[in-house]
Amino acid sequence: MTASSGPDATFREALAKNEFLLPQCDDCGKFHFFPRVMCPHCHGAAITWKPASGKGRVYTTTVVRQKAERGGDYNVCVVELAEGVRMMSRIEGIEPGDVTIDMAVRAIIGEAEGQPAILFQPDEG
Amino acid sequence: MSSDLRGKSAIVGTGHAGFGEAHGLTAYDVMAQSALAALGDAGLRLSDVDGLFCTMMEDSMPALMAAEYLGIQPRFVDGTMSGGSSFVNYLTSATMALDAGLCDVALIVYGSNQRTASGRLVTASRPPAYEAIYNPRYPISAYAMAAARHMHEYGTTREQLADVAVAARAWAQHNPEAFERGPLTREDVLGARMVGDPLTVRDCCLVTDGGGAIVMVRAERAKDFPKAPVYVLGSAAQSSHRQISQMKDFTVTAARESGQRAYAAAGVSAKDIQAVELYDAFTINTILFLEDLGFCAKGEGGAFVEGGRIAPEGALAVNTNGGGLSCVHPGMYGIFTVIEAARQIRGDAPGLQLNNVDLALAHGNGGVLTSQVTAILGSQATL
Repeated sequence: MTASSGPDATFREALAKNEFLLPQCDDCGKFHFFPRVMCPHCHGAAITWKPASGKGRVYTTTVVRQKAERGGDYNVCVVELAEGVRMMSRIEGIEPGDVTIDMAVRAIIGEAEGQPAILFQPDEG
Repeated sequence: MSSDLRGKSAIVGTGHAGFGEAHGLTAYDVMAQSALAALGDAGLRLSDVDGLFCTMMEDSMPALMAAEYLGIQPRFVDGTMSGGSSFVNYLTSATMALDAGLCDVALIVYGSNQRTASGRLVTASRPPAYEAIYNPRYPISAYAMAAARHMHEYGTTREQLADVAVAARAWAQHNPEAFERGPLTREDVLGARMVGDPLTVRDCCLVTDGGGAIVMVRAERAKDFPKAPVYVLGSAAQSSHRQISQMKDFTVTAARESGQRAYAAAGVSAKDIQAVELYDAFTINTILFLEDLGFCAKGEGGAFVEGGRIAPEGALAVNTNGGGLSCVHPGMYGIFTVIEAARQIRGDAPGLQLNNVDLALAHGNGGVLTSQVTAILGSQATL
């Protein structure tokens, strides 16, 4: 087994190549996130990576308030993807306080803390 | 805990130290002062303690550090770390250990100097990798998102959240041990600095120093101590996730399950409880736990707390010491829910003492609504 074969590395290596992959269980068909070596739903260990639809809705949201000199306010939210999994993220291209629950959003691959990361923007289409 | 353990153990001493600011003291100093206070309350000495139940915010082996500091060699140690709920959870493990004869005197203890050490939450907990890159402010962003979802689903208002803080302050104003005793209005809460929408700084618990300790023995010898014994009638835990993004429904906590099992073990229900001590890290917590522990229906928590209904002279006595919002919150508050519940039953609460309390509930929360632990405590009359 190589050092890059684990689920965490698989997810990150794809992200670095501008791909958003999600792990899906071969046994029960459900997706999960964060990546694991097993399915948290049925506990099966056969996992296949699938390209994510990137479509989702804001499940809940907050604005982290901080002074402008420290970077100003920013959004933190939890998005529920069409695949049924949830992930923390932030919505770009909109004021942090204008993000609303149930808003349709679409994934983009951007950067957070200097590393490639899944971010979202409002889904106009 | 099953009903087989109902009333098998009793709290015979409580103590605390370093409330507010414990200048010049380490977290372990405050822990030790708390232990001595509780043992003094019970008429016991550290050399009597053979079971230690402890966790702290620092180190990976805090229970062993505490034992070494206290100069004891306990034959039973439980250092289970489920966040602030740990200390309510220890009521279960201490009862089991006492009942099985694995120890004879159980000491549950905690201490922190987070306020004077840094002025913010100090934790050895590692931020979850798939959340940390988005810079949530831990733990407030998690609770803010739970509050936002509750408002979205049930129409809960910021005014109702504010009323939780106002009620806590009203209790604290009668408690000389409470850190914040100044007047606080709904407008003060709403107009305070927003830290994580929809929560202002007054929707958030205090950052104080402080420690607490509890001494427990088997019920059969509980009447041999100076203070009236307080029996553990039931306690139960449930955990549902670790990272907030993994919580299934942000408006329903595992307190539903922990509460149901604690009530069943004790043979009581929510309507029997005379004093309700909840871990109120944020104002939304009180609303969620009142719903999930059966004091009102899901979604009705906002209306339930509105306009002084959980303040002194209200419909239900909730967080009678002022809670984590106004009394004390040294990193983890859980132990103080048990201490206040026990003191209300004993009749020596430091603030407003309710009349003839026989049944009280202590509820601990850990992590980000992660771990829920409920305990039902009772007087001699409830056995």
